[in-house]
Amino acid sequence: MKALQSILLPVAASLVAIAIGAILVAALGYNPVSVYGSLISGAFGSLGNLGNTLTASLPLIIIGLGIALSFQSGLFNIGADGQYWIGATAAVWVGYHFTSLPGWLHMLLCLAAGMVAGALWAGVIPGLTKAFVGAHEVITTMMMSYIAILFARYLIEGGPMQEKGYIPQSPLIASNTQFPYFTQGFARSQLSPISMLIAALAVLVAWFLLYKTTLGFSLRSVGLNPRAAKYAGIRVKLYIIIALALSGLFAGLAGAVQMLGVDHQLLDGFSSNYGYTAIVVALLARNNPLAVVISGLFFGALTTGGQNMQIVSNVPASLTNVLTGLIIFFVGCERIIPQVIGWYRRRRSARAQTPAS
Amino acid sequence: MIFSNPEIWALTLSMAIPLALPAVGGTFSERTGVVNIAMEGIMLIGAFFGVAFSYWTGNAWVGLFAAIVCGALTALALAWGAIHVSADQTVLGMGINIFAAGLTTFLLNTLFGYNGTPVNTPKLPSVSIPGLDHIPYIGVIFTNQSVLVYVGIVLIFLSHWFLFSTRLGLRMRSVGENPLAADTLGIPVWRLRYLGVVLSGVFSAIGGAYLSIGILNGFTSNMTSGRGYIALAAMIFGKWTPLGSFGAALIFGFSTALGIVLQGHGVSSNILQMIPYALTILALTGLIGRSTPPAADGIPYEPRR
Repeated sequence: MKALQSILLPVAASLVAIAIGAILVAALGYNPVSVYGSLISGAFGSLGNLGNTLTASLPLIIIGLGIALSFQSGLFNIGADGQYWIGATAAVWVGYHFTSLPGWLHMLLCLAAGMVAGALWAGVIPGLTKAFVGAHEVITTMMMSYIAILFARYLIEGGPMQEKGYIPQSPLIASNTQFPYFTQGFARSQLSPISMLIAALAVLVAWFLLYKTTLGFSLRSVGLNPRAAKYAGIRVKLYIIIALALSGLFAGLAGAVQMLGVDHQLLDGFSSNYGYTAIVVALLARNNPLAVVISGLFFGALTTGGQNMQIVSNVPASLTNVLTGLIIFFVGCERIIPQVIGWYRRRRSARAQTPAS
Repeated sequence: MIFSNPEIWALTLSMAIPLALPAVGGTFSERTGVVNIAMEGIMLIGAFFGVAFSYWTGNAWVGLFAAIVCGALTALALAWGAIHVSADQTVLGMGINIFAAGLTTFLLNTLFGYNGTPVNTPKLPSVSIPGLDHIPYIGVIFTNQSVLVYVGIVLIFLSHWFLFSTRLGLRMRSVGENPLAADTLGIPVWRLRYLGVVLSGVFSAIGGAYLSIGILNGFTSNMTSGRGYIALAAMIFGKWTPLGSFGAALIFGFSTALGIVLQGHGVSSNILQMIPYALTILALTGLIGRSTPPAADGIPYEPRR
């Protein structure tokens, strides 16, 4: 029953959101069927589109794993966007330095730099302040996220990482650190087999870590009941720091993978919002690392499909954000289901009693 | 020296108002025990519908009224989820922020096209305070500011008085500190929480409308650019009080004004913009006067029947 409900709820939330979106679109004079049709064909219609969907899903999946891990440890890491950009920045910095290294080693170094940067960004200030003075991690990670983006922007707007010239962007990373793309099949997208492999490994590692190791058991115990965990001899403070650092590590890895696989340099903008969408990905997946893959693909498809929808049926791509916001709101309201069931049962039993009295 | 130029103080005030209003709104919500991170989204709703109704009716005051109504309705959704459904308030707030950013951009593009809102949209008047505006040096601060600056200042002081010196204010705070005790005394916990959250929607919407029809007369996608989150920081830095929030907003507004004035002087505005966030973390860690949230903040309350 519980397992069924954990699948049913996100699906129901998504369906209700899609229905509301359809009403909104119809009210503005568009044909909802063709609008959603263009969204679906944009996401899956051809190998190239499918490649784009996968490309958009990978950062969401990787960050989503970290967020799921923090949720399971009872922590709400809302600042993954900043951890992502700090990871990206570190990876790019390493990527255009140390150019004499062999390609594979240089790649690994970039990935490691991204992971370490993300882990430190989440683990040091939010982690330590949460563990030792109880500063709420929702606020500290959010504030650190803005600081990260401002810092990265400073680096390329007149700071030490700006490429020579007037354009606010960093130099390109060394060409031997850039992930190779598919030469056939997905060739029309920026999908790389290496990015896919890393994402798959990340899923397995997150799942194994959470469910098959003592560390994961301790993290989940802290998440379920920190007081009980403390009495069971688990060092709660330590695991709070570890959980936030691990969560940041995944976000930083996603930033590094995106830089090596897609962007190849820091560009002005910093408005990908991957870190926020990934929270929705984790919520929809009920913090299960394997389900994160499916919900990551769903939101990746929404992103790519939305762009196609704007071109084909002239409906602004921001409709997908409306849907995302509604889905997260409805998933948040999950307790409405038992409440409605309880209300229905009460009403039925009240009706059954009326004739008797 | 730039500080002797009174323009920077005028700019500080005009930059502080769109932070202070949602911060005071958030204070109302969190003082009654509902965590509100949706100020950013509600500001966007207020900013957009303020412009839309101002254009459709040709009257900026109607626009302001519509902004307040739409902001209050959005807050009502948050209140319902947080109070009646006992949902995770941070999750709801995030949902509203993403929804509002999507909806306002979507409606902007479908109703007004891709070239932005019409240039002939009426805006609220800017006024100078007669008497004050002729005082040397500080007169500039009260010259040609949007009418909402003065309305905002009055609202902030009224809010502080309301929350800390009236019976209803005391009851609202009691609901956020110890709802069970308040309930035992016959105080309607849920109703007061609804009031707090809806007030936060009203204040945030005015803050949003200030940006779109107070300073400017148009809406652009995501025009609040994170002010709702800085307001959250101001609320915390101001220790969950309206006057404290206003003080924090003035400090943050000053750092924004400084960034604008120092542009091209070799000081990175990006670094200056970090100040609010860094100060907030310091305040939370107790390094500069510990900020402690209301005791029942974020915890749903199930009334005993």
